[in-house]
Amino acid sequence: MTSVILKTATRLVGALVLVLSIYLLWRGHHAPGGGFIAALVAATGFALVVLAEGPGVVRRGLRIRPQYLIGAGLALSMGAGLVGMIRQQPFLTGVWWPSTSAVAGTPLFFDTGVFLVVLGAILTVLLALEES
Amino acid sequence: METALAIVSGSMVAGGIYLLLSQNLVRILFGLIMLSNAVNLVIFTAGGLTHTKPALIEVGRSVPGTAVANALPQALILTAIVIGFALLVFMFVLFYRSYESLGTIDTRQMTKSAPEKPHATDTTTARQEAGS
Amino acid sequence: MKEHPAHDPSTIYWPGRLSALLPLLLFIGAAFQVPEIQKNGALAMAFDWVPSLNVRFDVVLDGLSLLFVLIITGIGFLVTIYADAYLAGHRQINRFFVYLQSFLLSMVGLVLSNNLILLFVFWELTTLFSFLLIGFQNESATARDSARQALLVTGGGGLLLLVGILLIGDVTGTYAISELQGHTERLHRDARYLPILICLLAGAFTKSAQFPFHFWLPNAMAAPTPVSAFLHSATMVKAGIYLLARLHPIMGGTTAWMTTLVVVGAVTALWGAVVAMAKTDLKSVLAHTTIMALGIMTMFLGGRTTPALTAAITFLLVHALYKSSLFMVVGSIDHQTGTRELAEIGGIGRRMPFTAAAALMAALSMAGFPLFLGFIGKEIMYKGALTEDVFPGLATTAALLSNALMAAVAATVALRPFWGRETPKALTAREAPWAIWFGPLVVGAIGLGFGLIPDWVSRWLVEPAVRAFHATGEDITLKLFYGFNYPLLLSVITMTLGAVFYLARQWLRRTLVRFLTAVPMTMEKVYDGGVKATLAIAKWQTRRLQNGSLFQYLTVIIGTTVIGVGGALLHAGTIRVGWSGPPVPVWLGLLLVCMLVGIGIVVRTRSRLLAICGLGVIGTGMAVIFLTYGAPDVGLTQLLVETLTLIFAAIVLLRLPPIERHHRPGFSRMALSLLVAVGSGALVTGLMMAVQHTEVDRTITAFYEQASYLKAHGRNIVNVILVDFRSLDTLGEIIVVAASALSALALIRGKRSSS
Repeated sequence: MTSVILKTATRLVGALVLVLSIYLLWRGHHAPGGGFIAALVAATGFALVVLAEGPGVVRRGLRIRPQYLIGAGLALSMGAGLVGMIRQQPFLTGVWWPSTSAVAGTPLFFDTGVFLVVLGAILTVLLALEES
Repeated sequence: METALAIVSGSMVAGGIYLLLSQNLVRILFGLIMLSNAVNLVIFTAGGLTHTKPALIEVGRSVPGTAVANALPQALILTAIVIGFALLVFMFVLFYRSYESLGTIDTRQMTKSAPEKPHATDTTTARQEAGS
Repeated sequence: MKEHPAHDPSTIYWPGRLSALLPLLLFIGAAFQVPEIQKNGALAMAFDWVPSLNVRFDVVLDGLSLLFVLIITGIGFLVTIYADAYLAGHRQINRFFVYLQSFLLSMVGLVLSNNLILLFVFWELTTLFSFLLIGFQNESATARDSARQALLVTGGGGLLLLVGILLIGDVTGTYAISELQGHTERLHRDARYLPILICLLAGAFTKSAQFPFHFWLPNAMAAPTPVSAFLHSATMVKAGIYLLARLHPIMGGTTAWMTTLVVVGAVTALWGAVVAMAKTDLKSVLAHTTIMALGIMTMFLGGRTTPALTAAITFLLVHALYKSSLFMVVGSIDHQTGTRELAEIGGIGRRMPFTAAAALMAALSMAGFPLFLGFIGKEIMYKGALTEDVFPGLATTAALLSNALMAAVAATVALRPFWGRETPKALTAREAPWAIWFGPLVVGAIGLGFGLIPDWVSRWLVEPAVRAFHATGEDITLKLFYGFNYPLLLSVITMTLGAVFYLARQWLRRTLVRFLTAVPMTMEKVYDGGVKATLAIAKWQTRRLQNGSLFQYLTVIIGTTVIGVGGALLHAGTIRVGWSGPPVPVWLGLLLVCMLVGIGIVVRTRSRLLAICGLGVIGTGMAVIFLTYGAPDVGLTQLLVETLTLIFAAIVLLRLPPIERHHRPGFSRMALSLLVAVGSGALVTGLMMAVQHTEVDRTITAFYEQASYLKAHGRNIVNVILVDFRSLDTLGEIIVVAASALSALALIRGKRSSS
């Protein structure tokens, strides 16, 4: 797979897919979407690039090891759970700001953590397999 | 419809189990994929198919206006699909690695080529000090 | 079996030495409670532990507990000092002290527990630490075997004890020892009294090395000597005695109790004394006299008169003092001369004067000489034996013979090595470091000191201990001299017999060895046979069931499930064949047919690409079903996972060899596979048919629908369930995902490093 058209196309599509995935993550609380779906969409985009241009491009583009995404995601999800505890509520109780109109809340952070873990997990295995 | 799905998921289970009983790792893998799909279909059908509107709350309302699909099994299946996929990826890698180190994808030959463990020495009789 | 510590100059000593503070502080603390307990009887403290199971962390310090705590911590402190010098240079000395002090705490917990469940937990902990300490020199196969034997015997008894405890709870509705005293009548009348008694006694007898479970104790001498001195003479083996005393007011007093305890105790005592005379290894001799002593205590706890119970408790104290001292002395001899064989040691008294003094004091107490606590113990023993309800003759004879043999053993152990002709090994002996003779000397001196002030000992220690489990108005006072009576006469006979036994010891030993070798069947052989049989069964069943054939595992597991669940389903008769629910639209019907064809292709084909296509049809079909029936999130996820599965399959499967044609299985295997597969498919279809006729319970869903926007501010109910209502589940799930990815990574990386 060394066709120039494919390379250019995958880069473009990859970028679009990434934007789409973040949009899906953002709207997931109110419409179909959410961390899992967004992560799978993003992983599909990265996988296209991996198949077209090899794992090196994705590694360089990511800048950090995909394993770190897993760790960051877990930390973010658990951190979102701790916010409620600070307010003397059980672990993972949702907290919203501002509390009346609920623009942003810990569930969104939790979902972002889910997104990072699933994406990181798929990329970790995908890149390692491609390089082996 | 439920009856039709009962037959389809039963067939998937039968096919999955049949593949699982094969000696060939690749066929076992196919069996696992089919089986996990079957289980998801079973849970989904068991949750009831009467209402076909997605479990979303329209803008302007605070509870669903009309009866919507059962959200609980959907949430269960969604996570099950992702977990199933993560484990499937692990199985891919595991089988690939066992093929690399054992040189076969036939389960019976794999048992034969696994290194023999030395038998634990029986030390019951080693006691020397005389008790009565 | 010599103990040669593997010397390591870099060993750090301060943690072990510091740990001596633990028993010391506990001892001081307990000692300050003595007047309080003597006056008021008991101190209690409790808080809920597992309230749902009626288990409270409930501790009571009464006279009996206090006596035990003082023995445990006092001897524990001296043994810690002793062990620090004895094991000097051993590279795992700190591990040793961790085990030792943990044992000490468990033992203290055991005697303080007022709740039977709590008592059981500590009971098992002492078994566990005993196992670790016996097996401390784990490079020795003997030590490992002995440790395992002790664990199996005492652990097995412990399990029976638990059964007994649970039965008591079932009969009386309480596990609190202090409350159980009010249920004595009910327990004695209940039909389950005998099973309960058997279970409890099994626990106590295995722990306290009663015949026929006594054989583990001599083998436990594979432990370093400080352990023998502490666990296997002074404390742990007394846990069974403690339990018998504790349960005496609750379970005791019946004919079954008295007969069993007196007979088993007497047999144990005689057997222990006889074997002790036949042995020549000093440590083994002491181990068997410990068995004898435990038998005596059991025998007296079988009685219900004040003198009998006083005798048990007095002897417990006497024995703890002299036996721990003697064990430490033998350890010291072993440490300084390198041998424990009687014939090889003689005349080392002049070279090891402090050790000799300790040995002499302990031995005189053991032999029951006047002015020593042992003498008082013996007097009260005869007084007790004569008042036994059942078999007073047997009890008196057993006590008399055991005491006489004990006197002879005391002379053999403590006099022969130190006085008389010097053997070659003795010539090089030097006195041990102070830490080694300090402990036995102190304990020996206490034995002498207590003998001089018997009324003090009885008022502060023995009497509160006896009264803790024996309500009586009778006077409990120990005296040096009770006047001219039967006990005194028996004492004189004991001394005479002891002297005769000592003088005739060579002949006696030869005769006894001949007798013992003639015994055809010992419990130890039964135990060994049991262990071998278990191993054989394990090997057999592993060969049969764990034979490594995936096919066999799966057919057994799935077949069992199909037969079990399917049988229940048929039995319930809830399957109703027939179409139900909304009709199937034509296009969906076509989709389902496509899925069925896909299944057929995947099963039949030998082409990997075709199989992947078939799986794609199935997966996509499912996604369409999800989307049609109101599950857009699930449908999207399914589609995306299908895509990614395809990508991974493309990467991995193409690196695997193709599915070859000649791997067709044989006919019988194929038939069995088909049977299992069709059976499980039919089971699932049947289950689903049964399910569709039941009403779906939507209460939980209804709550989520109500609360999704109002409480969790989300309009996508599925997503709100995932990230808010059930987010703990999701957290668990992403941890699984993370673990699976990292494991896969490790697998791939492992290859890189190995190639």
